[in-house]
Formats: sequence, structure tokens, C-alpha cells
Amino acid sequence: MSLANKSNTQTLAKYLQLEQNGKIQAEYVWIDGNSGLRSKTTTLDFKPSNISELKEWNFDGSSTNQAPGDNSDVLLRPAAIFKDPFRGGDNIIVLAECYNNDGTPNRTNHRHSCAKLMETHAESHPWFGIEQEYTLFDLDGQVLGWPKGGFPGPQGPYYCSVGANVSFGRDIVEAHYRACLYAGVTISGVNAEVMPGQWEFQVGPCEGIDMGDHLWIARYLLHRVAEDFGVVVSFHPKPIKGDWNGAGCHTNFSTQAMREENGIKAIYDAIDKMGKRHAEHIAVYGEDNDQRLTGRHETGHISQFSFGVANRGASIRIPRHCAAEGKGYLEDRRPASNIDPYRVTHVIVESSLA
Amino acid sequence: MTMSISNKSNTETLSKYLNLDQGGKVQAEYIWIDGDSGLRAKTKTLDKKPDDVSQLPEWNFDGSSTNQAPGDNSDVLLRPSALFKDPFRGGDNLLVLCECYNNDGTPNKTNYRHSCAKLMETYNDAHPWFGIEQEYTLFDLEGNVLGWPKGGFPGPQGPYYCSVGANVAFGRDIVEAHYRACLYAGVTISGVNAEVMPGQWEFQVGPCEGIDMGDHLWMARFLLQRVAEDFGVVVSFHPKPIKGDWNGAGCHTNYSTHAMREEGGLKAIHDAIDKMSHRHAEHIAVYGEDNDLRLTGNHETGHISQFSFGVANRGASIRIPRHVNAEGKGYLEDRRPASNIDPYRVTHVIVETTLA
Repeated sequence: MSLANKSNTQTLAKYLQLEQNGKIQAEYVWIDGNSGLRSKTTTLDFKPSNISELKEWNFDGSSTNQAPGDNSDVLLRPAAIFKDPFRGGDNIIVLAECYNNDGTPNRTNHRHSCAKLMETHAESHPWFGIEQEYTLFDLDGQVLGWPKGGFPGPQGPYYCSVGANVSFGRDIVEAHYRACLYAGVTISGVNAEVMPGQWEFQVGPCEGIDMGDHLWIARYLLHRVAEDFGVVVSFHPKPIKGDWNGAGCHTNFSTQAMREENGIKAIYDAIDKMGKRHAEHIAVYGEDNDQRLTGRHETGHISQFSFGVANRGASIRIPRHCAAEGKGYLEDRRPASNIDPYRVTHVIVESSLA
Repeated sequence: MTMSISNKSNTETLSKYLNLDQGGKVQAEYIWIDGDSGLRAKTKTLDKKPDDVSQLPEWNFDGSSTNQAPGDNSDVLLRPSALFKDPFRGGDNLLVLCECYNNDGTPNKTNYRHSCAKLMETYNDAHPWFGIEQEYTLFDLEGNVLGWPKGGFPGPQGPYYCSVGANVAFGRDIVEAHYRACLYAGVTISGVNAEVMPGQWEFQVGPCEGIDMGDHLWMARFLLQRVAEDFGVVVSFHPKPIKGDWNGAGCHTNYSTHAMREEGGLKAIHDAIDKMSHRHAEHIAVYGEDNDLRLTGNHETGHISQFSFGVANRGASIRIPRHVNAEGKGYLEDRRPASNIDPYRVTHVIVETTLA
């Protein structure tokens, strides 16, 4: 393994233990023009107690497909603060929104309109939980743990598995879980997935705009943790063609009405409304999702809207315990692993509440 | 052999993350037995540390991925049964052994704990104690027994049992790490030893009363597989992993009741053996798949078709330890169970036969 590609923990540690003389490092993180993540750091003279104390910053948007070269400054407006698990101490990670010079939201800044919609519907208390699936790759471009130039045994033994021949990359999963807990991301669990080298973590329940914020930061932390181990994360929804599961972002949703007694009626109402806007939802449910939503591998076909209790082959699944208790939440199984959670939470609230 | 990074833990890098503060949250790893008698697990964040198992929420999982439910009705319920400390995550983090239930409230197909627990409750006053000697074999990631020469065999059995030395003991790291992990977790591990076949080891769990035997053995198996994963090594519980003049792997089950442990208990021991002799087939039925490959009458086993017993006789179905015979009280050792048993089924049938 080349030195460049894996953290030299011991050597780095002696530097990370050095006194910072009261200065704080703030890592500004943003979404780029291709829905990837970017970041850069600035030194602060103080520890901020809330987000309004953080400066607006800017970056070269022509390097990230966000602006033309002759007018390339893109503004970074702090949106949410998290603790930094890599630098520790009082250092912070700052999730930022991108704005153009004329004050308009940058092209891939979907947080702006999402935040407004969530504000409008704040009294419904929309809660979300997203199950982010992802695949790990080694630096040679092979799925982590797969034999060179070949395939592992067929799916069956890998889901929630334990054992060196079935579970690949647990270090990254464990490190990421702790990094999220430390940072203040609402990570609610993890599990190994059906395809070997594929994993899932869940973020939530988060209300309103928090869902998008926490999921994006969780993704940033995952990329950054995996980098330490010399491993690459892919959020592509169908990384390997053939009889191998795709990767999704099943989105669990409820409003206060759904969570109360007899909320099941509100659940069915929402499903009915969402059923009439299948195309509008699919449009923001991820690029290349057609490769994943085939009707096989625990998915419903991309062209058809369906729903059912405990049915993992449907577009929307009502968990059995919700049907039994007459209240709870619904699970939209259509979103792919590469969604922008601001767009998904936006369209769900728009369809079911607006 | 170059080990892919995916297959062995990068301990140093992981540890800087494992040292991070969890903000009061607790990680609870829910563990269950799947449709093929393997182990599965997934984790849930709790807002605080529970005082006992009754405070843990029920959960569910996709049973269609583990041979436990069909795809169109796939939710299987996880009901917490026993708590252990988590030796991998440390702190207040927990391992939660669970029972699986179907949506109609019935125990899932491979949930043998449900009926075992009922039976143990019924015969509580007899105070049935168990000790199981779990044998297992270690394999590398290429499918060879750990330490064996590539494409070949080591020297014949003889020097390996309880051995010491790099040319005869293969995988001691895993054994040592597992022993400590069990002690930390609260599993009643009573000992370890290297076994007769090179690359084969044994640990013993017990004495455990009633339902605890199954709980502690399953948890010990989870810990073993998880520990071995860290080292890039695979555990097999198959009863005859290598054909030929190589020992199989068993789960010798030691058993006693209050009556057997008291003065004159030898009579109760012989009574129990007599009852078990009349139900040999019923016992063999739950004593492990492929056990016929192991119980051949050779390699310190009795033939699968015959029931026999004897003092200090390792070729019998049931062995009465010599000191037990001498003292006139103690326990019996059922040598028939294979390494791949479900301990709930074995402890169930033993109690059913001897006490019901």
C-alpha cells in the first residue's frame, strides 16, 4: 500500500497532540457541481458559540463545476456546525450553502428551497430517517474483499454477517459510526448489506432541514474515514451489474399526524398523494436509478408505483408494526444511494403536505 | 501472503476512532441465529445505557435475506433475550442476544430458544447444569486449514494436542483474544486447549444453569467469529472439516442435576443414562448435521448407530469421568453432539429425556 493512500496514524498522532495556542480549525464543507463533497479549512481566533458568528467565505467555483472561470467566486454561507472527529479538541466542521455573486443559490444548492419549505410546514413536524447504502472499493478499483478479476460466492451469507470471509471493511464502518456520534450526527445504526463489500448506516430521526444536513455530513465523514484506511466509498446505485444488489437511500417519513393514534389514515393519505406524483419523485430520486429499480433485488420497478405492508418489492413499504399499531411512518424505497437528501425531503413534504 | 486490507483489522487507525467520545450514546449490537444456524448482527444507537434486557426495544430485520422469511412478508422480529458487554467497542456498549419471531407471534423456524426456555423453567427445581466443550477449526482466507502447508498436509496427529511451538500450534492469537473477549463480555468461559488436529482448538463454556447454556455458547461463537475476522482468519464449526485420519470437531456436553451432584448422585447419573439410551435416535436427530461423518467409532468417538456408555471411556456415547465414579456423584459427559449443534436443542432434549 503506497504511503499516499493510507494514514500513517502513529506519525500523524505526534502532531495532532500539539497545542493549538487557542486557535480553532474550521473545515468548511460544501456540495459541488456534481453532487460530490468538497472542503477547505480556515483558522479562527475564537471558538464560535453559534453559527451566526462564523464568517461567510468563498472558493473557486470554476474548479468544481459551479462557476465560469471569468466569474468564479462562489460564496460559502455556514449552515450547520459539527464537532471535528479527525482534529478533535474545539475544532469544527461547518456545513455550508453555496451562493452566486448575485445572491441566488448556486445551481446545486438545494438546501435553500428545502429549508424554506420545511419552515412553512414546521407545524407538521416532518421527521425523516434515511438508510444510506454504499459500496467500498480498493484503490485498484475492485470491490473491497472481492477476488482480483473475479467474483465472490453469490449473495446469501453477507447481510448482517460476521467472519473474515464474508465481511469486508468493518474497520471503516466502526470508525465512521464513532466519528458520527462524536461529531453530533444523529446516526441510528449500521449493518452489513446483501452484497459483499456493501454496508448501510442510518441517520435519523431528524426533523425538517436537519435530515439533509446530517446525511451530507455523515457522507463527508465516511469519505474522510475511508481515506484514512486507503479505501474508496462509492454511492453509485448499481456499482456491479448482474445478480448483485444495488444501493439505495430508503427514506422513512412521518408527520406528527402519522405518529399519533390512528395515524395510519394520514399514512395512507400521504401514500395516495405520492402515488399521483411518481414521475416527479423519480426525477429527484437519483441518477442511474433505472439500473437499480428493476423489480428484482428487493426493489419495485422504476416505472410502477406500488405500496404494501412489509413488502420489500414495493415502492413504499408500511412496516408491519405500523400497520399493527395503526400509526407510525412509511418507508419510501425508491430513492437511490446517490440522492441529494434536500431534494428528496423537499419533494416528499411537497407531495404529502403542500 | 499479502493480505488484502479488507480482511484484517487496521488496529492502529481504528483505535483513534474508537477513542472518540460517544456523547452519552450507547451502541447495541443485536445478534440472532439465522435460517441456516449461522449468526447475524446489526447495530442500533441507544440514547442511554439500559439497566436490564427488558429496557431494550424490540427490533426487526429483513428475513428474506437470511432464509427466515419470504420477500413479500419479510419482517422478522428481534426480541432481546440476554445482554453482554461489547469487547470490540468497549465502554457502555452492549451485545444483545435476540430471539426471532414471526409476525403472527410464533417463534421463527430456527428459534429453538423459545421452547428450551419454557422447558428449563418447568424443571427449574432440578437445577440442570451444563458445560459444553466447543471444538472448532481455523481456516485462512484461501480455504486451507490455518498453518497447513499449501496444497498439502502436516505431519500426522500426535504432537498437536495442548501443544506449544510455532510448528505445532496455529492461531493462538485468536484463541487468546477470544478468551479475554469472553471474560470481558461476561460469558462463562471455563478454559481453552489446543486440539488433536493441528489448527483445531477448543474452548469450554459453563457451568451454566438452564437457558444460560445456550445463550452463553451462542454468544461465545459470535465473539469467536468476530475476533477471528479482526485477524483475517475464518472459523469453521463443521464436525468433519478434513476427511481421512484427522479428528472431527465436537461439542461434548457435560450435564448434571442437583440430585447427581449430591451424595449418592451416581444413581441419578445412571438413571439418566438409562433414559437417554432409550432415545438415542431422538438425540442424534438434534446432535448436528453431518455428524455421521464424525461419529465413526474412530478418533475417540462412538459409532453414530450405537449407544454405549462407560467410565473414562472416550469411545463411548456417554462417558462417566473417573473421579465422578470414584466419588459416587458428579456429572456425565455426552460425547455425541457435533461442533455445529444448536445448544438450545441439545440442552432441551437432554432435560426432556432425563427429567420429563
